[in-house]
Amino acid sequence: MRVADRWLAVVSPLGLLVLWEGLSRAGVLDPRFIASPSAIGRTLVALIRTGELPYHVGVSVERIVAGFLLGSIPAVALGLAMGLNRSVRALLMPLVAAIYPIPKIAVYPLIIFYLGIGEASKVSIVALSIFFLVLLNTMAGVLGLDRTYFNIARAYGARPVDLFTTIAWPGALPAIFTGLKLGMGFALIVIVGAELLGSDAGIGFLIWRSYQIFAIDVMFAGLLVTAVLGWLATIALDWLERRALPWRPN
Amino acid sequence: MLRAADQVGTGLAGIDVVGLSKVYPGLHGPFAAIQDVTFAVRDGEFAALIGPSGCGKTTLLHILAGLIDSTAGAVTMPRGHPGRLGTALVFQGTSTLPWMTALGNVAYGLRLMGVPLAERIARARGHLERVGLLAFADAYPHQLSEGMRQRVSIARALATDPAILLMDEPLLRIWQEDRKTVLFVTHSLDEAIRLSDRVLVMSASPGRIKTEVPVPFGRPRDYQVIRRDPAYGALSARLWGELREEVLRAGRP
Repeated sequence: MRVADRWLAVVSPLGLLVLWEGLSRAGVLDPRFIASPSAIGRTLVALIRTGELPYHVGVSVERIVAGFLLGSIPAVALGLAMGLNRSVRALLMPLVAAIYPIPKIAVYPLIIFYLGIGEASKVSIVALSIFFLVLLNTMAGVLGLDRTYFNIARAYGARPVDLFTTIAWPGALPAIFTGLKLGMGFALIVIVGAELLGSDAGIGFLIWRSYQIFAIDVMFAGLLVTAVLGWLATIALDWLERRALPWRPN
Repeated sequence: MLRAADQVGTGLAGIDVVGLSKVYPGLHGPFAAIQDVTFAVRDGEFAALIGPSGCGKTTLLHILAGLIDSTAGAVTMPRGHPGRLGTALVFQGTSTLPWMTALGNVAYGLRLMGVPLAERIARARGHLERVGLLAFADAYPHQLSEGMRQRVSIARALATDPAILLMDEPLLRIWQEDRKTVLFVTHSLDEAIRLSDRVLVMSASPGRIKTEVPVPFGRPRDYQVIRRDPAYGALSARLWGELREEVLRAGRP
């Protein structure tokens, strides 16, 4: 991004905040329904000082990271296998196609029923929600590779495991990152949703509890934190992608 | 139904192909890509393969490289030894792996052969130097020009020290000093005459070896000198004639 673009990117959110604050102070926005940015800011500072916000953020982040690892590692392995092997693809594709479109949050009651209300169910719903996205992107990444790459490997005597590690995995990595980035969005949606539905910690829980006691400013603070979390996750994945894919132009 | 890699070596570093055919199952019945191809390339010989497009040249090279099975016929080629590949194929067009550096690409064949890390890096660096790309060892293919990428894939093949080198339309001007057994496919008659000891002419599809024409110049040869030799013009005209016949035949319904 050019320097000017960076500045432009700051203008729209900053402008919105100024407008919002102004309307709140002018009495146009009722503070009982919509908290002003300055009030939200004060609440944020207070929540951080008491350690309440870091605790809830920590719980949610831990669930997302654990769910991400639990979902994406098998998804990448299976996606590579499905991309490489026609038979594996034929065997598993109908199953994947059938389960993929089910909104994963709809499965959550069932997961609570099996795993209880604790951490296992939260981590599982995150893992489940990203599994298919990463799987399908990984498979598409392998299928989209130029056949010449596989021929090069085989002409030099590659065994199936070599095709896996030196062609399919590095070649599909850009597509895997696409899957992970899409998955990150879904993971946030699903974890906050799951915490709203049944939990005693996490950002979703914080928002839900604030609703129950009409703490509008805390609800807004929770939303803001969720947005920042998503933004930071995107930055982290972009950074990781640049580190992992130095071979891509730009 | 023999794969090149499975064949018993003769101890000679040449290629012996007898009655080789490849038939693909097609929508409108079986399609013969090559039919009853028989030829030999002697140890240390540099043979060029020319023919109209679609005559099965690439199919033939891929069978020799062990990438696809033949339907009938036999191939005899030397087997590899530890640290040395029996046959290496330089692919048509750019064939670098984009996720590996130039050095990684050149070392790739050695890596698959199980050559220890230190040795394969030393060998790969040596071959990068020979093609003039040592300064670009850590560059990725997208940072190199088309011609540089082509040199990287040639260096990769040569780094495996193959007994036989198969080449599918590469740029060849960078090396001629190697005394390897080489079979190379080309579209350029000039290139064929300039570089090879013998030109194999393939017929239109289904491809077979139509004729073999020896090139009456010793190696190494000076292109500027042989171009003025009357034999050069005669040879060129003869190869054009052979090819023209096949191209016309291929164009007929």
